[in-house]
Amino acid sequence: MAAATPTSYTDKIVKTDEVAEFSPEIIDEMNMHVAKYPLERKRSALIPLLMLVQRERGWIDNPGVNFLARFLDLEVTDVWETATFYSMFNLRPVGRHHIQICKTLSCRIMGEPDITEHVCSRLGIHPGETTADGKFTVSMVECLGSCGTAPMMQIGFDYHEDLTIDKNDKRRDHQRTL
Amino acid sequence: MEIRAIGCEPLQLKRVHMKDGHTIKVYRDTGGYLSLKKALTMTPADIIEEVKASALRGRGGAGFPTGMKWSFVPKDSPKEKYVVCNADESEPGSFKDRYLMERDPHSMIEGMIIAAYALGSSTGYIYTRGEYKYLIDIMDVALAEAREAGMLGKNIFGSEFSCDIHTHTGAGAYICGEETALLSSLEGYRGHPRMKPPFPAIEGLYASPTIVNNCETFTSIPQIIEMGGIPWRDLGTEKSGGTKLWSISGHVKKPGVYELPMGYADMEKFIMEDCGGMLRDDKKLKAVIPGGSSVYIMNAGQILGKNVTLDYEGLVAAGSMLGTGGMMVMDETVDVMDTTKNLTEFYKHESCGWCTPCREGTDWLVKIFDRIASGGGRPEDAQLMLDICDNIEGKSFCPLGDAAAWPIQSAIKQVPDDFKKWLHAKTDIYASNV
Repeated sequence: MAAATPTSYTDKIVKTDEVAEFSPEIIDEMNMHVAKYPLERKRSALIPLLMLVQRERGWIDNPGVNFLARFLDLEVTDVWETATFYSMFNLRPVGRHHIQICKTLSCRIMGEPDITEHVCSRLGIHPGETTADGKFTVSMVECLGSCGTAPMMQIGFDYHEDLTIDKNDKRRDHQRTL
Repeated sequence: MEIRAIGCEPLQLKRVHMKDGHTIKVYRDTGGYLSLKKALTMTPADIIEEVKASALRGRGGAGFPTGMKWSFVPKDSPKEKYVVCNADESEPGSFKDRYLMERDPHSMIEGMIIAAYALGSSTGYIYTRGEYKYLIDIMDVALAEAREAGMLGKNIFGSEFSCDIHTHTGAGAYICGEETALLSSLEGYRGHPRMKPPFPAIEGLYASPTIVNNCETFTSIPQIIEMGGIPWRDLGTEKSGGTKLWSISGHVKKPGVYELPMGYADMEKFIMEDCGGMLRDDKKLKAVIPGGSSVYIMNAGQILGKNVTLDYEGLVAAGSMLGTGGMMVMDETVDVMDTTKNLTEFYKHESCGWCTPCREGTDWLVKIFDRIASGGGRPEDAQLMLDICDNIEGKSFCPLGDAAAWPIQSAIKQVPDDFKKWLHAKTDIYASNV
């Protein structure tokens, strides 16, 4: 299923009435999305706005969800209903650099297992975990549409393709310094 | 990675190697938006007739004739109509739309505007998968350029016709490539598919008449208007018109995006010559998935020396399907049991959970594969998996279930030896089971 497994989010869905606040610039950006859809169809903007909440807050947290429910005139459960379906929404905090390694067929046969093992052993974590300093999270994801340049990974929103172990080392060393 | 046309002049790929080919300036300097101008002098019915004559079939995987799909939209409906571009591109093995959007976004936009005119729509949405954030940024710039140039907005080219198009992001769900699930997602809901009928052409987005087409389908439209439907069709075959983009990956020397005329002969030449042959010269071809992960796996014997033509009919005759044209090539180092396990894990992850056969079936299949991979395979597992596939195929709510069953059914049939050793079977697993 596209959604995360229950254990990864139910512990984070704590009942709080706290509502996140956003700057006027972000509110403008949100309104720009809402304006794309018919007036009575504001819910259409939910996924783009969840993306913005995640960009601003790092993950989809309860105050962010409460904000969207108010902003779009929805129930809090409506927002969770959508947020828990899509695999790009982080329902718990992730590291500053979210390394998403593609594990689907073309990447797998072109060397993904070696890349995964190398990345994880250098960071000292397993897939799904975050380093103690909060800098890196490694996730295994399904096809990202980069099969001709396999193996590949996405870090944040950036594609890194035609990976070799050497290239990985250089990138990791650079990111350690950030 | 290679991006080029073989056996035809580049049409879809006309601008991908041009400097600044993504800008409206280069697009218009090379004939862009002239098809729109021409289309606005035609009647909507004439445009639909040209598209029908072109034998263009939807490039998103199902291959449904585009002109026929358009003709289902009711002419007299008082409701707003919508044109939606499916840029979700989430089929494993397919990566062609990425390069169209990155390097020639205006072709797609022009195709969408022409479609909107033909269908009497004034609003379009481009649904792009969330991971393609950089492409959404490119499309937003292209749409702003088009608005500024008067190609979008009120009274396009001085006509009565007005139209605007917006980008929309998905957030990581394979199922949203299925058109009704895409529409649920576009409305802000979980990406669950909907019952058909009513088809989206009658009740789609916001229960209004809606056309959903793939990126490559839309980029073909300006070419069809420019050339005329019949000349465009004749680039390909009578039943599969025009040219088609193929994404090729895996164990070939030159993976990439190739534009081929429909009916290109043949598949062996394409893999062994055009794509540079096997990645490692001393390794033989073992299997190919020709149309993205949701089609039947072919073994080398079905391809080599068999003159398989690359079009819808040719691949069906050879025992598979064209799908999205996402061809994945595997050499003899690949264990097809592992390949099939990998794809089944994909379908389990991406099953939306809406209907029982698919949700439960894919989960049990992964459990069986896990047991096999940890050494606990049994000879009767082949039949067990085929039985489960039979309970999914044709019995799930949307085609994702079929897509999950087909790789397993075909792998057990076409590459039985790779299963035989894992299942500790002494006899032919397929012949003894089916």
